[in-house]
Amino acid sequence: MAKKTAVSFKLNGAAIEVLVEPRELLIHTLREKLATTGPHIGCETSHCGACTVDLDGTSVKSCTILTVQCEGSELLTIEGFAKGGQLHPLQEGFTQEHGLQCGFCTPGMITRAYRLLQENPNPTEEEIRYWMAGNLCRCTGYQNIVKAIQYAAAKMRGEAVETSHPLMENVTV
Amino acid sequence: MIPRPFEYHAPTTLPDAIALLGQYGDDAKLLAGGHSLLPMMKLRFAAPGHLIDLNKVAELRGITLEGGQVRIGSMTTENEIIFSDVLAANLPLLPEVARQISDPQVRYRGTLGGDISHGDPANDHPAVMMALDAEFVLRGPGGERIVPATAFFLGTFETALAPGEVMTQIRIPLPAPGTGASYAKLKRKTGDFATAAAAVVLRVEAGNCRDARIALTNLGPTPLLAEEAASSLLGKAVDAKTMGEAARLAMAICDPAPDLRGDEEYKIAMAGQMVERALKTALARCGA
Repeated sequence: MAKKTAVSFKLNGAAIEVLVEPRELLIHTLREKLATTGPHIGCETSHCGACTVDLDGTSVKSCTILTVQCEGSELLTIEGFAKGGQLHPLQEGFTQEHGLQCGFCTPGMITRAYRLLQENPNPTEEEIRYWMAGNLCRCTGYQNIVKAIQYAAAKMRGEAVETSHPLMENVTV
Repeated sequence: MIPRPFEYHAPTTLPDAIALLGQYGDDAKLLAGGHSLLPMMKLRFAAPGHLIDLNKVAELRGITLEGGQVRIGSMTTENEIIFSDVLAANLPLLPEVARQISDPQVRYRGTLGGDISHGDPANDHPAVMMALDAEFVLRGPGGERIVPATAFFLGTFETALAPGEVMTQIRIPLPAPGTGASYAKLKRKTGDFATAAAAVVLRVEAGNCRDARIALTNLGPTPLLAEEAASSLLGKAVDAKTMGEAARLAMAICDPAPDLRGDEEYKIAMAGQMVERALKTALARCGA
């Protein structure tokens, strides 16, 4: 067995130091060593996007990144989205617009959509579909995911938001 | 889905990377974006003893204009290509190609140099580099040499890279005024490799074709430069008849491997369609 390496990075704002073998994949470190089970293992072959995390301002599939590559990095996972008991606009959008059914793909979807909206705060539907193409959902048919991202985008731009499913008000966590 | 054990190295300078490659030889692999290599290591098709990660070598990134060429560092990512103002203004074919590769997350990692050096005939940039008459800067312990794209691809996963060499830069001549280019790719779904794809670079003057280069992706053991197809257009008006003839000549050099994307006959037929489609689009762009 190859000797272990200490790796330091920031995870959702907290300083982390973890001891890993070089061959350890980031998704395994997150889930098994750091109790960060929001990023899911869907395919483990870099197709499905369920394991998407934000790494230094880029969306990456954490099943295809080695933990040792994250030395000095800043990582964001779904666990870092809600602040002060308030859902992030993307979490609120996915709730209000029914952007999920089984929910397995949702952490990856939201983490990817976050980076998309950082790069393009006002995407068209076509742009959302193109730039979300690395995340698979087997339940929704994507329509409500697109609506959820549009809802979050409007809210993050400071615009009044309307939901097509006015079921939940004042959601807190 | 865990790779075999290996030692990890993250050099921050190119000389360090080359020294490590020299030290570990055949037991080492260079890690660029990792979206071909790491899946192969997870499946245990590849089991290098040493992984030399190039991601922290800053001098391998960036896009500049120099000496009538667009020069792109080998570790420049697909999304950096898509977002590049220099390329949008000077070489829009490249962002057009990058947009057709894989998916957003993979494009944040996948690099131009990795796509080329891997030697996979299914990758998209190799044929495009042949069509653009690009050249590659390779650096080893003995110094630097420049190899044209047309002499780089020797076979499936076989390139002109010698042991101990690293691809450092891709150099593409700026297209002459009146040039139009296009990449037409048929794929089954987002993220898939091409069933068939064609890169076309065309220059038209006073209604006649002055320069033409056509190259094909995933239609043989290497990317293919369709020289006869391209030269059949020279001096002629590019119209339905001459485009059809160019497509026929391009189809004649195809030797695709049958797989789940289709049998040989289908892939060759689609190669012809992609050549015609890319020619039409490139022609429409010649005046722009």
